[in-house]
Formats: sequence, structure tokens, C-alpha cells
Amino acid sequence: MNIQRKNDLMYLVLGLVIFGIVYGLMEGGMIGSFWKLNIIIICINIIMSASLNLINGYTGQFSLGHAGFMAVGCYVSVILTTNFHMPLIVGMLAGGAAAALLGCLIGLPTLRLNGDYLAIATLGLGEIIRIVIMNINYVGGAAGFTGIPHLTTFPWVFFTMLVTLFFIKNFVNSTHGRACIAIRENEIAAGAMGINTTKYKVMAFTIGAAFAGIAGALFAHCFYIINPSSFTFMASFNYLIMVVLGGLGSLTGSVAGAFVVTALSAALASWPEFRMIIYALALILLMFYRPQGLFGYVELTAFKPFRFLDRTKGGRE
Amino acid sequence: MKPLLKASHVVEMFGGLKAVSDFNVYLEQGELIGLIGPNGAGKTTAFNLFTGVYQPTSGEIEFDGQSIVGLAPYQITQRGIARTFQNIRLFSELSVLDNVKIAFHDHVKYGLLEAVLRVGRYTEEERQIERDSLELLKIFHLKDKAYETAKNLPYGAQRRLEIARALAAKPKLLLLDEPAAGMNPQETQELMEMIRWIRKEFNLTILLIEHDMSLVMGICERIYVLEYGHIIAHGTPEEIQNNPEVIRAYLGGAS
Ligand SMILES: Nc1ncnc2c1ncn2[C@@H]1O[C@H](COP(=O)(O)OP(=O)(O)OP(=O)(O)O)[C@@H](O)[C@H]1O
Ligand SMILES: [Mg+2]
Repeated sequence: MNIQRKNDLMYLVLGLVIFGIVYGLMEGGMIGSFWKLNIIIICINIIMSASLNLINGYTGQFSLGHAGFMAVGCYVSVILTTNFHMPLIVGMLAGGAAAALLGCLIGLPTLRLNGDYLAIATLGLGEIIRIVIMNINYVGGAAGFTGIPHLTTFPWVFFTMLVTLFFIKNFVNSTHGRACIAIRENEIAAGAMGINTTKYKVMAFTIGAAFAGIAGALFAHCFYIINPSSFTFMASFNYLIMVVLGGLGSLTGSVAGAFVVTALSAALASWPEFRMIIYALALILLMFYRPQGLFGYVELTAFKPFRFLDRTKGGRE
Repeated sequence: MKPLLKASHVVEMFGGLKAVSDFNVYLEQGELIGLIGPNGAGKTTAFNLFTGVYQPTSGEIEFDGQSIVGLAPYQITQRGIARTFQNIRLFSELSVLDNVKIAFHDHVKYGLLEAVLRVGRYTEEERQIERDSLELLKIFHLKDKAYETAKNLPYGAQRRLEIARALAAKPKLLLLDEPAAGMNPQETQELMEMIRWIRKEFNLTILLIEHDMSLVMGICERIYVLEYGHIIAHGTPEEIQNNPEVIRAYLGGAS
């Protein structure tokens, strides 16, 4: 067994231990229903921020429409589970596939745009998706889709999150991921090294959209009713904050970002006016002291006390 | 035998400016050719035309017997032309090793699924890429800096890393845009040795732009001289050194 495999195994064991502890506490009644739901939301938001990080952080394409893909996954899955009584996994896969398809179709023309223009295009796109859904009566329009079976459980979200993190981790550590990172670093040089930059931008966008769709499916089945207003521009912005706060191009950063933002807003739920102030304050402080985000382009394992978790990097011969 | 690269009557217009006009160049397999000329003569523009960064306004460019006009830069690299940049374009936030690994991209056979599941050819190929990358770094005296961030390297080392990275794309033709710029005489001397050595070792054809005359005259078999987008002279280093047109272009004065 090589070092990489050993490392993966160690992460898996770590994941299982965390799962065991949290699940045990939940089943033992130590975690109330409010925090139980929020832990599930944290896992979903980790899927969202990690997949957005693949687009914004690793590939360097500034996308602001991630909630739109989540909405697609959400609605496709609830139609299948509620109206056609399919199991959750079918809803998740179909939701992810639909979001991926849309991501690919939209990515092809828009990813030719750079920087600010791409941000505006994706922002508009997210809004268009939401408004289209709002005008489809079959899914309840603005009033929302009701009667959704409560299928999302902690094990479902936790293991989907693990799969997502492994997928993205392995992707960015392959030639395909390196191609994406090269585009972020210097698009002209990437092209000169034989990388089809359009192809890899669209690939990152499509994979990111797919996981957002899966996250949307999991999100929908936490509630009895789902409504287009959950997927506004503010929601997309919120995911962006998690990514930036955690650190662009850092997977552990995305996990930390999603955790901090979600837990903080849950903890402050009873004081909504303070929530926004603390939120804004945290961001301003971060801009001042760590503009690169909590982790900024490196993983947790780059820091000394955690180095033992990754033995594949930085080892000289 | 057909030349490896052949540019015929190439013209490149930027608005009203003819950056390159009636440009004719051929490179035989295995040659080491120099392209010189005063600032703004159109040398870098010629490289950009050969690599698909610019499309010629008119004219024809053939590589390996096929036209490469209209191809995107990545397609031209995949056909076998790699380059370095005058204004260094490294992946500056990445490690020296990753800079080289990226350029193996087109030669990797494992697919997306193999990469994500870490099965099949993934592990073995990644190991091979790492080995080959370190081997290339060794040639350019960069092996002990493999894990440093590229932007922290001294200027001369960054230029060498650009060449190492270009070689990782496994080209037939290597285009070097002022590889010795910013190097001291000793570094330049070492670079000359390296260029000679990689040409033999990797079976390359090399076209290089350089202002350092000792380097150009020292290693090139033929030299093209460009001025205001026109080729004003072409020949062996001795012929070029004694060409009155070239002396006039370089020393200035009435024409
Ligand atoms: N993209 C562009 N748009 C407009 N003009 C350009 C462009 N690229 C180059 N030029 C012009 O074309 C001419 C040739 O430029 P080029 O960079 O090829 O010169 P060069 O021979 O490489 O010079 P140097 O020795 O300074 O590198 C210059 O006058 C330059 O200003
Ligand atoms: Mg130039």
C-alpha cells in the first residue's frame, strides 16, 4: 500500500470517528432537534462551499450563481421523490445530473468571459433559474413546493459530504486538477503548455454544478416545503463568503468556512439584528488580518501540528 | 526532406502597424537557429504567430508538413511546439515541481474516473510524472528547489524553470524568447551549455531570440535578422557579423 492510499485511509477513519461521535450524540438525545438540523445544514453547506471552491478557488473563475444550480437539483429531486415516489438516491443523482447538464450548457458560452463579466453573467444566471422556477405552476411557483417527504438524514448528508470531499481532493491532485489550477495561475501559459483551457474551465464548472445539485436534493428533503426564495443571490453570496473566509483553493478552508458561517448564524438565530453585524465585522477583520482567508491556498496539513495527516507532500528525497 | 517549420510570406498587422511583413523562415530538423533584431523589430510577434497566440493577417505557417494557421495555442503545443516567454509566465504561486508537472498534461493517459477513484493507471503514471519532472529539474540545476514557490526563485532560475517546463510538453521544436535576459555572464555561459546539451539529448530543433550576441554567435548555426518586421539578413554567424545591413541596423545611422 502506498503513502497516498494510507493517507486516504487515515482521512476515512478520521471521518468515521467524527461521524460516530456526532451520530452517537444525536441518537443519545444529547443534541436537540434545532442543532440536529443545523449539523445537517453544515454538511450540505460544506458540499456547496467545496464545489464552489473548485470553480472559484482552484480554477480561478469567479462564479456567483451557485445557488441556482442548487435550486435545479432541489426541484428535480423533489419532483421525483414526491410526485413519482422515487427513493432519495435517485433524486440526488437526477438532481446532480440536471445541474451538471445546465452547468455545462451555460459554461460553454459564459466561461469565455473574464473576471467581472463572468461574475455578472453567473449572477444573472442564478437569478434567471430562480425566476423561471417561480413561474412554473407545476412546482408550486412562488408559494413553494409542498408535501416533500422528509428523507434527508444525518448519515446521508455526512457520507455524501465525504464523497464530495474525496472527489474534489483527488480531482485537484490529478493532471485534470493541475490543468484547472494552471488556468487560475496563468491562462496564457496554461494554453502554451498544451492545456485546452476552455475544456477545463467547463469541466470544473460542470463538476461544481453537479455537487451543488446534489446538495440541493439533500437540502430539499430536510423540509416539508421548499420555496424559490431559498436560492436568491444572497444565498449564492453566502456560499462565496464561506469559500473566501475559509480560503480560496483550500479544501480544509472550505470545510472550516462552511462550518464557521453556518454555526455562527445558527448560534445567533435568536438575535437576527446582531447576526448581520457580527457577520460583517468578522468579514472586515478577516480582510484586514487574513485577506487570503483562514487557510488561503494551503490545506490544514501544511500547518505544523497537523502535518502528520499528510505524508505525501513536501517530502524531499 | 521538408523543413520542420516553414513560414511563407507571413504578414501581421496591428491596426495600421505592420509588426511583421513578408516573413519567410524555414527550420530544418535538428537545427539551432537565432532570431535577432533591435527592440520592437517583431521577434516576439513572430513567436506568437508560430504558437497561435496571434493569427497571421496573411501568409502560411507549416509545421511538420501541415498548416498550423487557425489552430489554438494548446493545439499547436500538442503538435509539438513549446515555448518560453520574454516576460516570464510561470505558475508563480505553485511549487517549482508543480510547474513542470503541469506541462506533462497532454501526455497523461489516465482518465477523470481513474484520477478521482485513484485506480488504474493513476498511481503509476503520477509516479512517472514526478520522476520525469525531477529529472528535468536536475538538468537545469533546480532539483534542490523543487518544493519552493516559483515566484521566490531568482530571475535566472525562473528562466531556466521556463525551459524545463517547456521540455515537459515533449516538443519537437522549442522556441526560446530571450532566455539569457537578466542573467550574468557566468549564468549565460552555463545556459549556452544547457541549450546545446538538451538539443542533443531531446533531439530538438531550437529557435531562439536573444540580444546577447556572444550567446547567439556562439551556438547558432544560422541567424535571421529582423528590423521593422522585415528580414534584412540571413546566414551563418560569420556572414551576419560582416553584413553591412546588420551593422547599420545595430549601430544606427543613415540608410
Ligand atoms: N498585441 C499588439 N498590439 C499592437 N501592437 C503590438 C502588439 N504586439 C506587439 N506590437 C507591436 O509590434 C512591434 C513588434 O513587437 P515585438 O514585441 O514583436 O518586438 P520584439 O522584436 O520582440 O522587441 P523586443 O526586443 O523589445 O522584445 C512593436 O512595435 C510592438 O509595439
Ligand atoms: Mg520581444
